[in-house]
Order: sequence, then structure tokens, then C-alpha cells
Amino acid sequence: MFIKRTNCYRAAVVMVLGMLACHTNTRPPVPGWPEHFGFGKTATRRQIDSLNISIAPDGKGLPAGSGNAAAGRVIYLAKCASCHGETGAEPTPNRLVATLSDTVRTKTIGNYWPYATTVFDYIRRAMPFNAPGSLTNEEVYSLTAFLLYRNNIIDSTLQLDAVKLPNIVMPAKKYYVNDDRRGGNEIK
Amino acid sequence: MSGEDKKIPRRTILRAVAVSAAAALMGASRVQRGTDTTATGKDTTYIDPTKITGTLPGKLGTRSPFEQPVKKPSDISSRTPLQDLYGIITPSDLHFERSHAGVPLIHPDKYELLIHGMVDRPMIFTLRDLKRFPAASRIAFIECSGNFRSGKETMTPQEICGLTSQSEWTGVMLSTLFREVGVHPKATWFLAEGSDAAVMTRSIPVEKGWKDAMIAYGQNGEAIRPEQGYPARLFLPGWEGNTNVKWIRRIELSDQPFMTREETSKYTETIRDHKIRQFSFDMDARSIITYPSFPQQVEKGWIEIRGIAWSGRGKIDSVEISTDAGKHWTKAVLQEPVMDKAHTYFRHLWYWDGQPTEIMSLAVDDTGYRQPTLKQLIQARGTDMGGYHVNPVTAWVLKRDGTVLFKPEKWK
Ligand code: HEC
Repeated sequence: MFIKRTNCYRAAVVMVLGMLACHTNTRPPVPGWPEHFGFGKTATRRQIDSLNISIAPDGKGLPAGSGNAAAGRVIYLAKCASCHGETGAEPTPNRLVATLSDTVRTKTIGNYWPYATTVFDYIRRAMPFNAPGSLTNEEVYSLTAFLLYRNNIIDSTLQLDAVKLPNIVMPAKKYYVNDDRRGGNEIK
Repeated sequence: MSGEDKKIPRRTILRAVAVSAAAALMGASRVQRGTDTTATGKDTTYIDPTKITGTLPGKLGTRSPFEQPVKKPSDISSRTPLQDLYGIITPSDLHFERSHAGVPLIHPDKYELLIHGMVDRPMIFTLRDLKRFPAASRIAFIECSGNFRSGKETMTPQEICGLTSQSEWTGVMLSTLFREVGVHPKATWFLAEGSDAAVMTRSIPVEKGWKDAMIAYGQNGEAIRPEQGYPARLFLPGWEGNTNVKWIRRIELSDQPFMTREETSKYTETIRDHKIRQFSFDMDARSIITYPSFPQQVEKGWIEIRGIAWSGRGKIDSVEISTDAGKHWTKAVLQEPVMDKAHTYFRHLWYWDGQPTEIMSLAVDDTGYRQPTLKQLIQARGTDMGGYHVNPVTAWVLKRDGTVLFKPEKWK
């Protein structure tokens, strides 16, 4: 899709920080609408950094720091076991650790999760359930290492960090396929 | 009395009568017309409403004390009483709920939406900013993709599939905001993040953002309800409920999905050959008969079979009804309006001869998709079929005595 040059110039004027290349709209403008309404404020780097906690499967967004299973075990017993059980293989509320008799239906980290980065991301966002967002990055690395170790995915001694975590190949990844339901006279 | 009146369980009526008697009693004493017999509470006879001044105008409307539709809550969700509704709009206080860490309390003046990542200008919009943009409204359903329960005969439509509701949503189209920030042509996904205690996140293809996504702040004419995402949520017509991220605070444009917990560990389904299906966004077409259904009672004679049908892919083309356990099918009458990705009401007039039978409905959408039976779903997905996107034809058994029971089928 092309953008009219004039639109680019106008956009550039509106842009407070005109540091980015102008490849604005990937869609044609709406007839009768201005190129920009000018509502809202440009976000500063600091504002973005204070909110941006996303982590991509390639490791983008992972913070500095590291942790291992031994340290994770101590934190787990103190902050997680009350709900998830001493071993993590207890069925409530969500089983975290796969046992030998588990099928894929049990949906544990070991047999269902396709990316190890998700373990870090989710624990940092949402756990412990009764005190979300309270863990340090070191604690989250340690807990991630502990749960991956308990699921027989990493060694007990591995010092997990931003480089090693995205390189872990999860056993269930190979089972994942994209949705191919497309409607029409077909049940999928 | 028509069969319709029999929908209300006896206990509810008694409770309602008690409430009304108490209300009338209060009114009566106010206008000095009460008698000793009513004051003792022994005489609960109905008071002629033409003989007593009614309630004066108030600031908020009320529901008749005789009508008490309620949601059915669990720890993680609360279900819409589909069997108590007459149309396609779900009263906002009966809209289903699903959250991953409760409903947050967000002050509208504190609310901000950050859009950043692969954009020309990362921007922050306040609620006021969002409301200044050209707005749009759309009536469409939102359905949780984990919306099928089965297992026993004594289940109501609410219990079977009450995680679907419909509202008129109003807000700013996401495409409007995409233009404002200048989304890079190479951005293919965006992360939508909520400001609840789960900081719930989903990755959404940018294409959907351009097509029909909305940042909604209005629901059925008023501000969106806290349970539905106050003050603003993502609304993705036709897509599984979880992707419609509530309390949305951040949108990050990217060239890859983020593989968050809700799109890996949850909201994915096991299908044939040990495969796990991911990013199953579209809600397949579905229907349910809401009358007659459990726990209603019917009588021999004319019955208007009623229900709703919907598809996440487009409009409902037709709804087929069988009153003989699936041997013969006839088309139901669709109640206008029939809208894209919206609950559509259907009716089918039928004379019940009083013989035990099974009634069922089958939705067909405008892509030609026909709502499957549970058996067909299991054939397609295998016996290890996961619990998401399960939309089977649902049958009700009519007993000789007029009892209506759900017909649970063996699944796992
Ligand atoms: C107060 C109870 C409680 C505590 C304490 C708790 N959790 Fe949880 N955890 C939950 C609940 C409830 C869920 C399910 C949440 C949902 O489904 O949205 C959950 C889910 C999880 C999941 C996702 C499981 C899956 O299959 O998707 C992980 C991982 C997890 N917790 C790790 C932890 C860790 C690590 C800790 C300690 C830091 C912890 N939890 C502490 C209650 C708790």
C-alpha cells in the first residue's frame, strides 16, 4: 500500500519526535478524515519502559539476572506450595509438573507448554496469585528454573538467564499447529 | 396459561409474591390503607394494583420483583441465564463474566492506553482522548471458547453454554488508532494487555486490528460494565472471548506472536494425532433451544420452540429444527435483525402430540458451515479432543409428563 508524499510531510510536522522513518499507514486514509486527529500524547521512552513487560519467545524483553532450581525450590516452598502443593504435581489449581503417567491432556508445563519463556512471563505477571507482581526478576528466574527442572527439562545446576531461557526446547512444541478451521461445509 | 408461564419455578413465584406482598404492605401503610389482617402477614392475598398508589418515579429502573433472572457464578466465571431472555440483547447485568484474577476497579481519570512497538509514534491515550475519536457501534456476541458443559440431564441452557452474551458495543475502531500511531507495514501481530491482576495478555494478528477490532467503552448505551472491562476493552467481533482483552492498558505492535500463557497453556485444544491447535480465533456457528428447555414444563398442544443461533464467521443463514430426534429437519423462522457475528433469535411453531420425543436445533452460517453433532466433532478431532471450541447440536428430551431434560452425550 502506498502513502501519499504530502501525508508524510504533514505527519512529520505533527510528529514531535520526528526520528522515525515515515512509513505510516498500511491502509488508505479514510475520506474526509485528517491524517492525524492529534488526540493523545506521544509516549516517552520512560513511560514505555515502565509498562512494557512483554517477553517474546526469542527472548526479547527478558531482563538481566539469573537463577537456578535450588534457589527456586526455597522460594517455591515459601510462596507457591500453599496453593500448588509441595511437588507441583498436585492437581489443583493448575498442575505445574508432569508425572510419568500424564498424557498431554493433563496440560502441565512439561508436556504441554511450547515455550520456556512463557513460564517466566506468566509467573512474573500473575503469580503468586495472592500477591501478583511481587517477585524480583532473580526470584522469577529461580522459580522458572525450578519448575523446568521438576519437569525434567533442564539440569538442577543450570543457571538460567536471558540467553539460556529462550534456547530451551520444550517437548510439546512439536505438537503445535495453527488453527486451520475456515468455515464452509467442513468440520474440523 | 401458556407454557411460557411455566418457565418460572414455583419457588420463585412464591418468593416473588412474598416480595410483592411486602412491598404492597409498605405502600398500604404509607397511604393508611393497611388492615390488621395484612399486617399480621397471614393474609398474603394479592392486592388489587388499581386500589393503591404505585411507586413514584425513581432515579434508576428496577426489575419486577416477579422476575429474578440471575447469572450463575463459579470461582472463575459467571453464566448468562439464556433461558430467561426473550431477545438478542443481553441485559448488561446479566452479561457473562470470565476473568483470570477478578474484576479490577479502575478510575476513569487514571486510565491510559499505551500503543507502542512497531509504530511511527508510540502514543498514550486517556479515556477522554479515546472518546474524542470518531466512534462506532456494533451489536455482536462475545462467547468464551470454553463454552460447553455436559454430564447430566438436569442442566439449563445457562449451565450448558451460558458463556455467550450480546451487547451493543461502542468505541473507537482500532484502525483509527492504528492510523494515529502509524503502524509499520511489517507489523504482523499485536499484544493486547489488560490491567487486571493477571495482567492478561493475548497476541492478535494485526489484520484483525485493521479489519473490525474496536476499543470499546460503551455497552448497551452506558459505560461498559466493570465485569466487561471498564473503562475500555478490546472487542474482536466473532473471536473467542479471551482475545477480547478487558481493562486494556497496552498494545504492542510486533512481527511475531508473544506466546503468552493464555495462547499456549490455555485456549489451545488437543486434536487428532496428538496435535495441539493454536490461535483458534473464530467461534464456529452454534445454536441452542432456550424454550422449551430444562427446568421448564410443557403441555401437549402448540409450542413455539425458541432459541438463539450465532456464528463468529458471519451471518446465520438458517436454523434447522428437528422435533423427532434428528430424523426430519425444518427451517425455523429467523427473527430480524439477522446480523453479522451476532446472536440471532429463531422461532418454530410446533404441535406436540404429547408423545416422548427429542427436539434439537442446528445452525448454518453464511459460509455454509453446519453446526456439528458431538459425534462429528469427536470424529474430526479425535477422542482426546480438548474442551475449547466445542459447539455441538444440543438436544432436549420431552417426557410424557411434560418434563424437559437435557440429553447429555458421552464425550470423555
Ligand atoms: C493463592 C494461591 C496461589 C499461589 C500462592 C500461587 N499460585 Fe500459581 N496459580 C494459582 C491459580 C488460581 C492459577 C490459575 C490461574 C488462572 O487459570 O488464571 C495458577 C496458575 C499458575 C501457573 C499456570 C499453570 C498453567 O497450567 O497454566 C503457574 C506456572 C503458576 N501458577 C506458578 C506459580 C508460582 C511459581 C507461584 C509462587 C511464586 C504460584 N503460582 C503461587 C494460584 C496460586
